[in-house]
Amino acid sequence: MRQATLLLRSLGPKCVELMRGRDWDLSPILLAYLHLPASASKFVPPFSPFRVLRPYVSLATRQGTVSSQAGGAPPRLFILLRLVDMSSSSFAGTDCQFTHPPQLHPPPSVLAAAAMAMDSLSVLLLYPVNAYLEQELDRRFSLLRLWEHSPPDSLFRAHGPAIRAVVGYPGHKVDAALLDALPSLEIFSSFSVGIDHVDLSECRERGIRVTNTPDVLTDDVADLAVGLAIAALRKIPQADRYVRAGLWKAKGDYTLTTRFSGKRVGIIGLGRIGLAIATRVEAFDCPVNYYQRTQKEYPNYTYYHSVVELAANSDVLVVACPLNEQTRRIVNREVIEALGPKGVLINIGRGPHVDEPELVSALVEGRLGGAGLDVFEDEPNVPEALFTLDNVVLVPHAVTLKFELKHN
Amino acid sequence: MPAILLCRRPEASFSAALRERFRVLDFLASGEPLPAFLAAAPAAPEPPRAAVVTGGCSVRVDAWFLDAAPSIRCVVSTGAGVDHIDLAECARRGVAVANSGDVYSTDVADYAVGLLLDVLRQLSAAGRYVRRGSWAVQGDYPLGCKLGGKRVGIIGLGNIGSRVAKRLEAFGCVIQYNSRKPKDSVPYKYFPNVHDLAVESDMLIVACALNKETRHIVNKNVLEALGKSGVIVNIGRGSNIDEEELVLALKEGKIAGAGLDVFEHEPKVPAELFSMDNVVLSRHIAVFTKESRSDLHAHTIGNLEAFFSGQPLLSPVQADSVVQ
Repeated sequence: MRQATLLLRSLGPKCVELMRGRDWDLSPILLAYLHLPASASKFVPPFSPFRVLRPYVSLATRQGTVSSQAGGAPPRLFILLRLVDMSSSSFAGTDCQFTHPPQLHPPPSVLAAAAMAMDSLSVLLLYPVNAYLEQELDRRFSLLRLWEHSPPDSLFRAHGPAIRAVVGYPGHKVDAALLDALPSLEIFSSFSVGIDHVDLSECRERGIRVTNTPDVLTDDVADLAVGLAIAALRKIPQADRYVRAGLWKAKGDYTLTTRFSGKRVGIIGLGRIGLAIATRVEAFDCPVNYYQRTQKEYPNYTYYHSVVELAANSDVLVVACPLNEQTRRIVNREVIEALGPKGVLINIGRGPHVDEPELVSALVEGRLGGAGLDVFEDEPNVPEALFTLDNVVLVPHAVTLKFELKHN
Repeated sequence: MPAILLCRRPEASFSAALRERFRVLDFLASGEPLPAFLAAAPAAPEPPRAAVVTGGCSVRVDAWFLDAAPSIRCVVSTGAGVDHIDLAECARRGVAVANSGDVYSTDVADYAVGLLLDVLRQLSAAGRYVRRGSWAVQGDYPLGCKLGGKRVGIIGLGNIGSRVAKRLEAFGCVIQYNSRKPKDSVPYKYFPNVHDLAVESDMLIVACALNKETRHIVNKNVLEALGKSGVIVNIGRGSNIDEEELVLALKEGKIAGAGLDVFEHEPKVPAELFSMDNVVLSRHIAVFTKESRSDLHAHTIGNLEAFFSGQPLLSPVQADSVVQ
């Protein structure tokens, strides 16, 4: 479903007024963070927008649109949402251009008021992650593009103090240095699932909201994980290389690979992505094992108390956990040895999850059966020793987002 | 021990297993031309009543073959496809035919999903990009698209097609299909013809057998109906698709991509495909895993033993059937 996103900033009172007494269809909602500005309190009816919206906060979080990472900040009203007034079939909000359904028209006065408030809001986009996103940000706000300024410092000197929102991606670290250059920054929105590139404590100290897009990538990453596993076990890219090199000279020219269906799949980190992978491989009759810090109630999945045990009992090991201090090099030599000469490692997490030199030597020496890798320790540099291995599938880490993701 | 006529090259373990149970007349090992070999066969102590054949080798089981080896009353093929067997002729003579049944279905279905994911996520093309050092120099590779919500049209919902369906459902695909007759037990939407299926599908999976009706079942019209963002995967037979039209459609951007394990004139692959990043090429290896190999041996022996003991074959093929 295509959703338009609205960015309402400091429209607290107006927003409350709009919502009061109306029969809002608040589903689905993309909620970044919701605080009532102090000035809005006098507009608060017996039900406050916060109370009204609160049940939908968890809905939005379940749908995995955004979540707030920072806390303890000055009250601000910051909502990303789509409001449809079902009772009057009119739409109120800001700058609303809907592709679906097209017949809703916002009251012009609201549009005008909202547009005025938004137009002058400076938003910095760090990277052209997505053309649609860029276009929409440009329409709604005063958009600055980091890559258009050379050197980048010139942008910060000229516009730094005006920037109130930044949209980033995993390739650009958000640290004290960057935050120092943006004293008015209120929210950092990362178009990614992982936020290991963000210094969360710095952001928290400065009262900067941090958001990610926890669920928009889930299906894509899960698809990729399974695709890499089948490609590695059945050696599909290798077959493609063989044919393209003109080596297929006779019918009946083949090597035996190993069946994917029924292989024991071990997942490190059974979060959204891990679960999505589990669902897919279950359709291939693969038994699912997992490891994570806490065991959960999954009657069909077998929990192992350590990654080594998980590896020892799996044929395909998938890294699907977030990167933090505990999970750095969670796949080390011991785990690789446990996975063994018939085992396959699939990394769709982060390069630093795996001891890469160990991985390379294990693959080259045949101590590990194969690998499907989307991420590397030092992207875009990939160990060349892997290039000639038939049993290794390499893809460049997908940083830019796809057309389908844009509408979330 | 009953005698069997072996018309395919066996692996050592298969050969040993067969010789434990049967007297094996190994045609290919004899080095003789087929007519001479077959002429000699009935003269042996006991003529062979069963033959083990495979598709893609030089032996075609037709009227000529059956005339030359009249003792043969059962033909067991070690493949799923039986386009090398004249089923009508066998039926006329009361010669029973068996194929590999379900043995390969899982691996072929897995391979179909693998090819599809490779095309959609450009795994092979991206791998080439990384291996020639382009990632460091040229930057990020453009992304593919996910399976969720896509409409998958399966041509031939048999043993393979139904397994493909089950797998793709887990990715969030909508499954629909064409086959000779609708299958009442499945929840998927049926299309009586492939063109209409293509109109309503984002991807097509060719999973049917090759016979008179299915030759070029995917033709120019079907490809046009599939459309500019459509993807096709073929794990049936090369001739299920009009290959010339397929190449043209890919060249002209009339479809978005293809995953092909089979071709019309194997091992010849149209050279125009070699430069296309939206195509994944494979060399007719969807069945070849260690597991299916050992399953096949067990299954072939099972069919032979059933025949010789007067039991029904494990996987009989009827003259008018579309087998997987």
